[in-house]
Amino acid sequence: MINNQSSVKPRNYYIGFGLSLLLTLTAYLLVWRHAQSHHAVFTDSSLRIGVIVLALLQLIVQLIFFLHLNFKQNLRWNLTVLSFAAIVVLILVIGSIWIMTNLNYSHAGYGKTHDGHTLTSPSQTNQYIIQDEGVQP
Amino acid sequence: MKEDTAKSEQVLQDKTVFGFWVYLMTDCVLFATLFATYAVLRNNTYGGPSGQVIFSLPFVLLETLILLTSSFSIGLAWLAAQKNNKQLVLKLMAVTILLGAAFLVLELREFNHLAAEGNSWRRSAFLTSFFTLVGTHGLHITAGLMWMAVMWLRIYKYGLFKSSLRKITMLTLFWHFLDVVWIFIFSIVYLFGVIG
Repeated sequence: MINNQSSVKPRNYYIGFGLSLLLTLTAYLLVWRHAQSHHAVFTDSSLRIGVIVLALLQLIVQLIFFLHLNFKQNLRWNLTVLSFAAIVVLILVIGSIWIMTNLNYSHAGYGKTHDGHTLTSPSQTNQYIIQDEGVQP
Repeated sequence: MKEDTAKSEQVLQDKTVFGFWVYLMTDCVLFATLFATYAVLRNNTYGGPSGQVIFSLPFVLLETLILLTSSFSIGLAWLAAQKNNKQLVLKLMAVTILLGAAFLVLELREFNHLAAEGNSWRRSAFLTSFFTLVGTHGLHITAGLMWMAVMWLRIYKYGLFKSSLRKITMLTLFWHFLDVVWIFIFSIVYLFGVIG
């Protein structure tokens, strides 16, 4: 946005609003259908990926039509800061999930394993890791 | 002389708005830490309810649509400010304030409802991270509403100036940003919660 404001037309807002509405409702209806059919239509993980993709699409739609980002010269620094923030956000979120999943894997009693076992004691965890990694005790 | 003032106002506007943009990007990092915390803790329910049990999808869809519409109306207010249309700016900002307030009331009702059922932030790590993430967004909305109300009064009383446009630009950026954050709260907290 910012410098060349006069070039922004109300049309941009109508398109952005319409697309955002469409993406929100699509995600909502997919999840609603999934819950109604007792998780029979899609697998949980494929639906999660679908919901994330729809959210990212809406992010792009709003960046373009509401925040009026473009690749013109005068907005280069805005885009630079945005990309830097995006990198930090990705490292933070993906890194945290990665590290904590690994910690959960090697500690007892904290949540579920990736294949759905619930571990409640240190010896159970040991057994699980030995089996999972094919180690001979 | 007049051209000079117009030019210096433009330079000031560019610099100020860029600075505000940088603030918004650091705010992104704040929300990212809260999202990461939530993602890590969402299964740690400590025997309490999971998201699947406590989230009501139609209610959250209503909140989402209200906030999206308010983001749309503040954008139109920004366009009206550029056309120097004071009456339209006041009307659209009033609509945005009402929609924002409605959103906040719904969110507080949800929090109140959860706490009344014994599912407050003290119940489990999942609920702590949920209340922190959604509550921080709610605090931003509250701050934005107060900012908008003050600006509405100023414009109502003194009218639109060149400097008003700069301020409305920043407010508009802030409000759009909050709607963008809400897309991810809607998807990752509520929709993921219902998926399981």
